[in-house]
This record gives sequence, structure tokens and C-alpha cells, in this order.
Amino acid sequence: MRAILTSKWTKAGVFMLSLVPFALLVWNSVGNKLGANPVESLQHATGDWALRFLVFTLCITPFRKMFHLPELIRFRRMLGLFAFFYVCLHFFTYLGPDQNFSLSAMLKDVVKRPFITLGFAAFVLMIPLALTSTAGMIRRLGGKRWQQLHRLIYVCAILAVVHYYWLVKSDIRKPLVYGVLVALLLLWRILNRRKTTASAKATAAATT
Amino acid sequence: MLLRKNPDLTYADVTPRSVYVDRRKFLKTMGVASALAVAGPKVWELASPSNLVFAATKFATLAKSQYSTNEKQNTFQDVTHYNNFYEFGTDKTDPAKNAVNFRTTPWSVAVEGDVAKPRKFTMDEILKIAPLEERIYRHRCVEAWSIVVPWIGFPFSALVNLVEPTPKAKYVAFTSYFDLGQMPQARYAGIDFPYVEGLRLDEAMNPLALLCVGMYGETLANQDGAPVRMILPWKYGFKSIKSLVKIRFQEKQPRSTWNILAPNEYGFYSNVNPTVDHPRWTQSKERRLGEIFKRNTLMFNGYSDIVAGMYSGMDLKKNY
Repeated sequence: MRAILTSKWTKAGVFMLSLVPFALLVWNSVGNKLGANPVESLQHATGDWALRFLVFTLCITPFRKMFHLPELIRFRRMLGLFAFFYVCLHFFTYLGPDQNFSLSAMLKDVVKRPFITLGFAAFVLMIPLALTSTAGMIRRLGGKRWQQLHRLIYVCAILAVVHYYWLVKSDIRKPLVYGVLVALLLLWRILNRRKTTASAKATAAATT
Repeated sequence: MLLRKNPDLTYADVTPRSVYVDRRKFLKTMGVASALAVAGPKVWELASPSNLVFAATKFATLAKSQYSTNEKQNTFQDVTHYNNFYEFGTDKTDPAKNAVNFRTTPWSVAVEGDVAKPRKFTMDEILKIAPLEERIYRHRCVEAWSIVVPWIGFPFSALVNLVEPTPKAKYVAFTSYFDLGQMPQARYAGIDFPYVEGLRLDEAMNPLALLCVGMYGETLANQDGAPVRMILPWKYGFKSIKSLVKIRFQEKQPRSTWNILAPNEYGFYSNVNPTVDHPRWTQSKERRLGEIFKRNTLMFNGYSDIVAGMYSGMDLKKNY
């Protein structure tokens, strides 16, 4: 398992796999196979994939700890950047066909529509995370500060789920699934933090 | 889960009780009935969409209408594969798949309430109320997309005149067919069924209000509200109830499904109005299916000259 996880081929494989949804969207766009409302279908697909990659990214740390697979960390940045990649596509399907590439029209819409506000906020908050994802930036920021900054991903995930929830008219099953997943992944972090601080206190008490 | 039995469509109604309790007589009648069916097949009996993906019976003669637009029509494929019909699922592509086996024969529409002549219409009787016309209308969904469809039907006012509303009747309430057995996806729709809608009586009498039995020269596809529905082109699409089974004339303003779910988002009138936004999205623009960029939405969906008079003096920001 270790060998598989640390192989550069696995990483390349995950990379290619992460591009499959994009390739399919391009293929279906070119072949006019996106249904009666291709724009909407692209908007929904890119939004869905952005949320999925956010969830994948949030899975890394809990899975590392639960299954004792520290090597999983090798995939976190890539998955996070793919989340950003699909968020960018999602954003451009909105800025283009919906807002005619007009930034002023878009900003008006962002201010006016709560569900757009949240989606846009999640997109904007992900930009610094993508920009500081390089090894050089981690070094420059320092591990602790970098980590603090990258906790913004929790906020992004919550914003993205509410953004989806506020979009749907009445059938809330899909946003609910994402909501439950994000909630579980964040809950694990809270519980894990409590546990580690409690055990840290216990060891501190034992050594003094 | 509520298992509502539709009071209008039971086998006891289709076959008179006196007949189906007497088996011998029933069988004899059946023989006569099938002979009749062979001798004089009516357009409706030919349709039998239960074994066809689309109700493919063509209407022979259709009058043209002065109310038709000459804009480019959407394709039959688009109009039959991009539907909001929540009884058959909430994805736009669900109704095309899930309504395939929807049984629309036999069918009847009950007209009741404050009318001098309450009665039940069979599909055959409905088709004979008035000459069928083709009406090419713009259709604007509350979700900010639109289509142009060649509907087939006749002015709803023709039916109203037949049943003679009493002076008490101020509104018309509509009810859709609902049967959880045939519509199991309805469980997850998040709205209550049967679907209900309503109009003010003068709106129902407007010449644009169409009692619709077909489109593209044929009977309605199941996913588009077969076998009979309303078409109200100046209102958001959800006002145009599908698979109609009950029409009730009444003094009180009827309840309507989306208004019950979210009264701040969907009003009773729900006239297409680019100046009054949905709380969550803009109504000033719409995407015509087949186009990439959005186009401007027109007041009353472009039908102002025929319908605006009904709302003069009304605050349309309040009565959205």
C-alpha cells in the first residue's frame, strides 16, 4: 500500500483521473451532447465537480489519521488545486453566458443575490489558497501561518454547500448529501482536535 | 408518506357500478364496446400513450391563430427532454424517462363549484368543445429559461361558457392528476401533491388562456402534461398546470402549490415581469433554449397588449 501511494505513477494516475470529468465536458460540448440547455448543464457539472474535489481534499487528513496512511498527504495539494480548477470553470460559465463577460454586471449580481454572494465568496477565498500552494510559498509563509491560512478551505466548503442549497427550488437531496459529508469531515476535525489537546494536556500533566 | 387516492379517477367511475357487478352483462357490453372501438376509432383512443414513448396521434385540421408568434420554434426534442414535472422527478431530464408509462386513457376532467352546469368531461368531449387551433407561444419559466412551442388547443373560455359560472364564481382552481403508484419520484420533490393552481375568472377568460391538448401537430407528450393542460403564456410556466383532472369555480382565491411552499418567492399572479426579481435570481433576463447568452425578458412575456388591462391599477410589485 505504501509503495503504491508513494509511486509517482499513482500520482500521475490520480492527475489523469481528475481530468476525466473535464475531458467529458469538452467532449460532450463539442459533440452537442449536453441536452437542451448546455450552458446550465455545464454550470451544474462544474459546480458539482468543484464540490466533489473540495470533499476529496477534506477527506485527506481524516483518512491519513484513521487508516494510518500518512502518504496520502501527497495528493492533497493536487486535489485542492483541482477543486480550484473546477471552481474556475464554474465561475467562467457564470461570468460568460450569464453575465456576458461584464464584470460590472457580475458584481451587481453578486451583491444582489445571496446565493451568488456565497458562491463568489467561496471562489475568491480559494484564490489565495491556490496561489500559496507551492513549496516556495509554504516556506515563505512558514508552516504555521500557512496552515492557518489554509483553514479557509473549511469556510469555502461551507459556503459552497449553502450556495448549492440556496439554489435549488424544493428537492434538497443533493445539496443535503454534500452538507452531510462536509459536516462529518469538519466534525471529525473538531473531535480530533479535542482529543489531541486533551492528550497533550495529559502528557504535559504527567511530565510535570 | 401520504397515499392519496384520487377521487376523480377510479375504475368505478370508468365502468358504471351496475355494469361491473354483473359479470355476464359486463362481458356482453365489453364485446359491444370492442366492436365499436374497431368500427369507429376516435383520435383519443388511438393515442393510448401507455405503450408509446410519445403520444404520436396527429391532429388533422388545425386553425392558425392571430396570437401565434413567428419566432423560431424550439425543437420537439428540446421541449420533450427539458421538463419541470416534479411528479416525475426534479431533474429536467427525469420526466422524459419516468413518464413513459403514464396512463392517460381513460381520462376525464371534472368541472364543479359555482357553475350552473357542473359536469365531467371525457377526453373525447373535451376535444369537441371548440375547434382546435395551433398557437405558437413563448413560454417563460420562473427559472429564467424560455422556449417557443406550437401548442394545440382552444380558448379556455369555451369550456367556461359551457358550464356557465354563477355570479358567485370569482376564481378558477385547477388540480393535477396525482397517483403515487405511477409517480413514485414525487416523494422526493419537496412539494405537496396533487399540484394545484388558480386564476382569477377574468384571467381564465382571456383569449390567450389556452386549454391545451397537443403540440407540434400531435397529442401532448406525457412529460409535457398529457393529455390536457393549461397554457398561460404571460405567466411563469408553473402557473400552466399539467395533466388536469379538476376545475373548480369558486368565490375564494385558490391556493397554488409553489405559493404554498414559498409565498415570498412565488405569488398567486406570477405574471412574467422583468422588473420584479425572484428573491434569489434576476427575472430581467432569460435564456432561450438553444442560445448561449441571455436575452431580455419582456413584460408579460411580450403579451402586454392582450393582458395588461387586467392588472391596471394593481401594484405588481406587491401582487407578484
